[in-house]
Amino acid sequence: MALDRELVGRSYPPSAVYEVGRAKIAEFAAAIGDPSPLYRDAEVARAAGHPDVIAPPTFAIAVSLEAAMVVLEDPDVALDYSRVVHGEQRFAHHRPIRAGDRLVATTTIDAARTVAGNDLLTARVDLTTEDGEAVCTATSMLVARA
Amino acid sequence: MSGPVRRADVAVGTALPEQLYRVTRADLVRYAGASGDFNPIHWNERVATEVGLPGVIAHGMFTMALTGRAVTDWTGDPAALVEFQVRFGRPVPVPDDDEGAEVTVRGTVAALLDDGRVRVDLAVTSSGEKVLSLARAVLRLP
Repeated sequence: MALDRELVGRSYPPSAVYEVGRAKIAEFAAAIGDPSPLYRDAEVARAAGHPDVIAPPTFAIAVSLEAAMVVLEDPDVALDYSRVVHGEQRFAHHRPIRAGDRLVATTTIDAARTVAGNDLLTARVDLTTEDGEAVCTATSMLVARA
Repeated sequence: MSGPVRRADVAVGTALPEQLYRVTRADLVRYAGASGDFNPIHWNERVATEVGLPGVIAHGMFTMALTGRAVTDWTGDPAALVEFQVRFGRPVPVPDDDEGAEVTVRGTVAALLDDGRVRVDLAVTSSGEKVLSLARAVLRLP
């Protein structure tokens, strides 16, 4: 089913707060095999000018992809989830995510089109702190194959 | 090189050290848990082949994370990575053995931008095939 172009610009209510924990960052760093102490040792991170341990650049996906699922749950977005694959991913980091951050995700549909029967949907997730400080913009292009 | 890479150290054409990463099924299970992406095509052979894949494939985001490592290992400062984008062009099948799959990341400084930023273009391959396209990182270097 073709995506309705009028979906472009649709925004969803902010997510619940995601509190970033040191142990979750360390777990993610271990999973990608990255031994950097900046992801594990708060003293090393502070010496590098950060208030606490920072997260690897793609850690944002652990917060943003779940937030983007709000789009697939929208009854107006007729995507067959069993056919959805991840087409593209982009991160714009305003600053590194760090332990102690209380992040709120707001999802917006940036683009929706149908190409050769494949539905292409671009969801932008703006991650801010609870206080509104911009942290990361994570943009995922999802493809529902024909 | 000691300390973070500086803008003065790089020019268009500067190559990042080539990195080779090995990816096994165990790595995918661990990444699924850490990232929260439990799509069975990344751990279940039966489901993967039912949807037409050659077998279990790596999470695209896992390949992107490895690509990010190649960049942050080079700069020495993960906070320098201000923009990062990839297109998932081709899946990385991960065989059910101890060897797993290999992912190779090469990178080259492609442009010097304003504000001390540089653009690095990345070439990511597995078994000789390009698996990511339009893979780019923008770094803000001291």
